[in-house]
Order: sequence, then structure tokens, then C-alpha cells
Amino acid sequence: MERTTKFVQGNEACVEGALYAGVNFYAGYPITPSTEIAEALSGRLPEIGGKFIQMEDEIASMCAIIGASLTGHKVLTATSGPGFSLKQEAIGYACMAEIPCVIANVQRGGPSTGNPTHVGQGDINQARWGTHGDHAIIALTASNHQDVFAMTVEAFNMAETYRTPVVLLFDEVVGHMREKLVIPAPGEVEIVDRLRTSVPKGVDYRPYLPREDGRLPMSDFGDKHRYNVTGLYHDMWGFPSANPKIVNELLRHLVDKIENNVDSITRYKEYFLDDAQYILISYGSSARSAIHMAKNRREKNEKIGVLELQSIWPFPSELVREKCANAKAVVVVEMNMGQVLAQVKAAVDEPNKVFLANRIDGKLITPTDIKGLLRVIQGRGI
Amino acid sequence: MLTIKDPTKGLVAHGVSTCAGCGLELAIRVILDVMGENTIIVIPPSCSALFSGFGNETTLRIPGVQGNLENTAAIAAGVRAGLEYQGKGDINVLGLAGDGGTADIGLQSLSGALERGDKILYVCYDNEAYMNTGIQGSSSTPMGAWTTTTPYGKPVKRKNLMQIVGAHGIPYAASASIGYIDDLRKKVVKAKAAIAEGPAFLHIHAPCPTGWGYDPALTVELAKLAVSTRCWNLFELVDGSKVNITKKVNKVKPAEEYLTPQKRFTGIDATTLAMVQTQIDKDYARLELLAGLSCETDSAA
Repeated sequence: MERTTKFVQGNEACVEGALYAGVNFYAGYPITPSTEIAEALSGRLPEIGGKFIQMEDEIASMCAIIGASLTGHKVLTATSGPGFSLKQEAIGYACMAEIPCVIANVQRGGPSTGNPTHVGQGDINQARWGTHGDHAIIALTASNHQDVFAMTVEAFNMAETYRTPVVLLFDEVVGHMREKLVIPAPGEVEIVDRLRTSVPKGVDYRPYLPREDGRLPMSDFGDKHRYNVTGLYHDMWGFPSANPKIVNELLRHLVDKIENNVDSITRYKEYFLDDAQYILISYGSSARSAIHMAKNRREKNEKIGVLELQSIWPFPSELVREKCANAKAVVVVEMNMGQVLAQVKAAVDEPNKVFLANRIDGKLITPTDIKGLLRVIQGRGI
Repeated sequence: MLTIKDPTKGLVAHGVSTCAGCGLELAIRVILDVMGENTIIVIPPSCSALFSGFGNETTLRIPGVQGNLENTAAIAAGVRAGLEYQGKGDINVLGLAGDGGTADIGLQSLSGALERGDKILYVCYDNEAYMNTGIQGSSSTPMGAWTTTTPYGKPVKRKNLMQIVGAHGIPYAASASIGYIDDLRKKVVKAKAAIAEGPAFLHIHAPCPTGWGYDPALTVELAKLAVSTRCWNLFELVDGSKVNITKKVNKVKPAEEYLTPQKRFTGIDATTLAMVQTQIDKDYARLELLAGLSCETDSAA
């Protein structure tokens, strides 16, 4: 099998990535600007023997993928801000019950109905803390279609590896823009399949007893074992418990399995960082402008580099601190009021040298917007 | 200060940014004409949101709340309760949502309002899919219809929304069509009177040239065809039990006559078509039976 090349929307690149990763179940609800993901899968999944369901609302969509994941499917839902808000309780459930699933949030302007057909990146913190209670989450993002594909595959791999919901934080520009996508040949990119228990039928299966490596082998619902799944704190059999020792250990497990693996989960790209005096940190569609601007200024011998984050949560604080150690200034380029900015400030040694270049008006931040701010920081005026 | 210049005499301005041939636009003009200025409207993000305008192109001359997709009835309930508490119970509260915002994501909120007896008029304009987001299927999409999320045609029949509403036993519910404006107007008048007692509900068939794929000039004609083929029946449901068929179709046409002009049914096969016709016949027989039972109850009383 050869690679195939397509000219697609970012939302279609997500679909291609999901199919490559082995998605065979999708439940969703129409919402701009993510709907193309559902539309494409409504045609593609039946072709490969998979299942597409349009649910009656956003909550139901999230719950349906949880149910289907338990039966052994690789599952996806896609939404945007308002729908992501509605899904939050069920996302917390999937964190607590350790159910692998992938949620694509193609971000638009918020809050509320906001700016439905325009770009925004305001759901960064919601992806982290949208559901209540202590928990950990993985959130990935991408600035171009090749990376949308790659991060979608990674999302499914991480969901299976860590038995957790993984959020894909795309945005309207990436979702709707069209560009080239090369789909790797089968086998070219590693696919993580579900780890299933080797415990035979009739033998005591403990779904929440981690192996030595921390992974929890699953048993498909309706197959060999009877076990319980709950959003309550639970013991290793999945039965509810308020035993302080069990509660304490489970919460630490839920957080540690992700936070302790931040190095394995971290994904990023760097451009001209080696000798960079000024570092732009960005992600998603705003990273395109940052990279463009840096390339342009390099031609004029300005020492500017870009750190493009592809994993946002768990936040790669150590990476950011190391990369920014020798920078004169760090500029976070994003389309919100400074959500990643706060993380970068907390990560670096000198937070007062971190600045925000943002746009929140529904328009894509431009290289000129970034250049203007950088010139001010450099003391060169606009 | 914002100056809205608008020569229209009704409560809905001209030049609304709905599609050419929009069935909803006809409906809202009639509804607001009857409901009058003393009305507050609640609409979700949907095609109906186009009537809250954009920028200074505000198209309704009454106060409006554009809520979320899932809670039109709940916001309307809150507005109504707030007004009642202030002694302003004479103000009409109108919820206006599409089939997705009513029969799918908004059903819980609607059911709550109907059960509590909130004195609101809730109108569902039914264009049989999520049109504002680009023609995705809804639970009101008819069997066999193409949408962007039912690319092979919808495999199951639509939800019977009137039956669900009827189960709440509210004072007045009626199905209507923009093909029969006089009938629609009479029903809005009755619904307006009914909200003195409790909730009223109207289910209005509103063909959509964009989503259904037909010549925009044929909207009214197609709405009439839906009725004459019994694909859409016009009836009232009083107190959840008394059924009154307001447009009896004596010379019924085959469903095909209504389906064929619409591109969304292009791919429908003979088996599905037969299933659609069977369902139509069953639904109408059931409706007639219920109407007959209602009459007997009347004569007995």
C-alpha cells in the first residue's frame, strides 16, 4: 500500500487520522465549525463496517462514545465550544471510569454562542478544567493538516495507552482551511491498540488494578467478564467505595498516570530556536502566523525562533523553561486573553520577560500583528 | 443611538436574511401578527435566530432573547415566571425553535415547561433537519431523506412530536402548515387564548428550499402537497385528548407526488418508499380513530 495525497479541510484531515488510528464508532451532534467531521464519518464509517450515530444532543453524543468504548470500540466525537461545555460532566465520568475516548473541539469564538463561524482559541483552560474536581487530561493541537492527521492518531494512541479521554483542540481556521495532506501507508505510523486482559472467563478480573507499568488491561463489555463501571470512587473491581484509602489512592492514580508522563506525552516543534533571542510560543492556527513571521525576520538576520506546542495538557512546563532560558523575551501568540500565557509565565524563570500577542476579534492573528508587538518589546517602536 | 429605519407595518421587517422561499419567514409573520406587540420572543441559535437580526439589521419589533439551543422553553418559562411575579402576566411569552431545537436537544426543556403548566406559547417550525448548520438530519427528518449526516437516506421514521406534546395534556396543541395560512392564523389565535390557562404548542410545517432541494418558488405549493398526500396532517389536540382534524383530505394523493420534486428524496428506493407510504397510511388511520373517539366522548358528554 502506498501513501495517498489529498487536498482536504482540516476537519477532513482529522477524519483521515481517526480512520487511520482505527476509529470505528462516532457519535455526534451538529455544531459549527466541527460538523464536517460528523458529515464525513456518516459516509465513511458505514463503508468500513463502523458505526455512525447522530445523537439527540451533545451530552448524549459524549455518553454514547463512552458506552461504545466500553464494548471495545475506538471512539470519537466532535464539537465546538457550546457543545464542549455540555459534554463536560461526561468527560469527567470518562476520566473517573478510565474510558478511552477522543473528543475533537474545533474552537470558535466564545463564551456562549459567541462567534460561531470565526476562529478562537478560548477553550484552552476549559479543556483542562471544564469538568469538576481534581483530574488530569490530555489535550493536543495542530497548526496544519499533516499535523492534524498526526495528532489525531496520537490522540487515539494516548487514549488507549492511558485509558483516558483525550481532547483535540483544533480551531476554526485549521478546521475549515484546505491544504495538502499525505496519508501515510498502513503500518507507517504506529497504532496503539487496546490493551485487553489475558484473564480468562470465569477468573476474577479486576478492571481497575493497574499493572506494574501503570496500564489497566480492559475487558470488552459483553465479552468475557462481568464488572462494574461507575463515576463514583471505586475499588479495583469497579464497585463504589468511600473508603478514604481507596478514594485517596484512586485520585492520585488518575492524576499521576498523566502528570508523571508529561515527557512521554509532550509533542512540539521548534523553528530557529538554537540562537533565538526572541522566542514566539504558539499553537494551532496562530502558530502559522508566528512561524511565517519568524522565517521572514530571519531573512533580515533577526534572531527570532518559534516553539510550537502540539500538546497543551499536561502543560510541558519543563520544556518551555529550558527552551526559553536564554531568551531576551518570550511572546506567547494565541487567540484568547492569555490562557497559555499564564502557563508560560508560571513555567519560566523570569515571568516578567513573557508577553502576549493576541487577537480576540474573530480574525486570525497575522504576522504583522505579532511583528508590531515584538518591535515595541525590542524598543523599536511600531 | 441606534436608529432602525424600517417601513414595514408588521412586527417583522422586510429584507430578512433568510433564504429565498423560506417557509419559516411566512410562519413568523403570521404568528407575530396575531400575538401582537405585547409579546416577548425566545429563540435559540438556529434559522429563527436570523430574525433577531445581525448588527443594526434587527428584524423583530418586540423584545427578544436568543438563548442556547437546548433551553428555549426553559428561558421562556423563566421570563414568564419573572413577569408573573411582577404582576405583568398580561405579556405573552413566545418560544420559537426549529425541529432540532425542539424534538432533539430541546425536548427535556420543553417537557418541563409543559408539565409545569407554564403559560407560554411554544412554536416549533419544522423544516425537518438542522438547516442553519448545513442540513444535518434531526429526529424530525422523514424516513428516506438525504441530509449531510444521513448520506444514504434516513433509515428510520421521524419522531411524533405532537404525540409527545399531547402526552402532557396541555390546554391546546395543533399542527399547522405554511401552506394553509388561514388555518395557521386561526390556530395561533386559539393558542394565544389558551395560554391564559397553561402552555400552548404549535407544530408548523415549514418547507426549506435550501435543505430539501426544490425551486424556492414552490414552497407554498410543496407545503400544500405535504398535506394532500397526508405526509403532514393538520389537527388540533385539546387538553391532550380531544383530537380535531382541521383539514380532512378526501382525495389523497400518493406520497411520491410530494417526495419526487425534492432532491433530498432522489436516492429513495422502492422498498423505503413503500415503507413511507405504509407509515403515512397508518398515521392517518390512527389520527382518524383518535378524532372519532374524541367525537364519541363529546356526544356522550
